[in-house]
Amino acid sequence: MSNERPETGAFFQRDRQWQPPAYTPGYKTSVVRSPQKALISLDNTLSEITGPVFGHSMLGALDADLIHNFAKAGESAIGPRIIVHGRVLDERGKGVAGALVEVWQANAGGRYRHKKESYLAPLDPNFGGCGRVITDADGSYCFRTIQPGPYPWPNGVNDWRPAHIHFSVFGHGFAQRLITQMYFEGDPLIWRCPIVATIPDRAAVEGLVAALDMQATIPMDARAYKFDIVLRGRRSTLFENRLEGN
Amino acid sequence: MVQPLNRLKESASQTAGPYVHIGLTPNFCGIEGVYADDLGAAMVNDKTRGERITVRARVIDGTGTPLKDALIEIWQADAAGLYNSPSELRGAADPNFAGWGRLASDMETGLFEFSTIKPGRVPFKDGRLMAPHITFWIVARGINLGLHTRMYFSDEQDANAEDPLLQRVEHKNRVPTLIAPRDGDVYTFDIHLQGEKETIFLDI
Ligand SMILES: [Fe+2]
Repeated sequence: MSNERPETGAFFQRDRQWQPPAYTPGYKTSVVRSPQKALISLDNTLSEITGPVFGHSMLGALDADLIHNFAKAGESAIGPRIIVHGRVLDERGKGVAGALVEVWQANAGGRYRHKKESYLAPLDPNFGGCGRVITDADGSYCFRTIQPGPYPWPNGVNDWRPAHIHFSVFGHGFAQRLITQMYFEGDPLIWRCPIVATIPDRAAVEGLVAALDMQATIPMDARAYKFDIVLRGRRSTLFENRLEGN
Repeated sequence: MVQPLNRLKESASQTAGPYVHIGLTPNFCGIEGVYADDLGAAMVNDKTRGERITVRARVIDGTGTPLKDALIEIWQADAAGLYNSPSELRGAADPNFAGWGRLASDMETGLFEFSTIKPGRVPFKDGRLMAPHITFWIVARGINLGLHTRMYFSDEQDANAEDPLLQRVEHKNRVPTLIAPRDGDVYTFDIHLQGEKETIFLDI
């Protein structure tokens, strides 16, 4: 990284026709939580171009292993064992090195370990539901977990979330900050979900569906799903007027 | 036909949902022993330079009810106006201040309390100085795409008056939605998602 030019460009404008709008009445909670006035548009300043750095040294040995990171010694979480891997890229297609990827999910029965959660499916004493990893030099990441179950949620009287893993991604600039969800190839609940349906573009939804990746599967151990995440790209600053000293 | 640009599209955002704490503040929600600490919970130490302040924030919905399941991240310059980031080329920021904080709202009151320092001024693209500010990023159940806004300081009237972003706001009666009043060393920032007092959010 030391030979590369420092990243000082503004990020590409966010495509708000592609991203979900704030007001999506099919997802009822959005109705009173959606800003109604126009956003003020402004080219990035240093406050958005910059961002904190997270070092690999902050990670614990089991941070990327949700099967074991909450389990008692010698035990492991219940559920279909899977590897989730992929790359964090920017809109130019370049790998984002050092990105912090944090994940959380329900257990195999679709139950979250959370005091506000009341689904009747049982907790797994060996499953906490959180994990994190920092991407390598080429933007790649990998973690191990169990496949979460679908779960019902109070929206319509019979709405179910497709099986999913929540992803929080921290790139190099604060304006790249993104939270999304990963879905699993072939899940019929994806196209019935009011939260998925907040995304107006079908191709944008398909971009959140991880493919079964048999080549990355560990025989007799865990299947694999591949999930790439794309963060906002940065403009080149080659011909932009820059401040004195930059 | 022309050559393809081969750009990728940003991944679509999805709501952080009601259980965002499990992933981002697990210790806060009782999942202990996985991570030593919740990231971003402590912003300052004994050696951090600058004036200690508390930022007391709430996120309030269109019915006037504070959200009790929101999560806020803040990002700010150090006391000298430098960001602790590889993209900061003007100098080295205070090594005892990362400038980044993350908190979940109190599950009963909806309050956030960030213990931090007052940031210095940072230049706008054209070299004019921006007023001291803290960048906010807000996610919660019901918020489909994280909301960006800024908090400015009520005791920086002169700097606020010449701030390029605040000057850009057409409806001046909305500017106060970004300015946190000071009481002692506490700044109070109520973020209104909707209504008369709707906070200015940024497409930035
Ligand atoms: Fe979920």
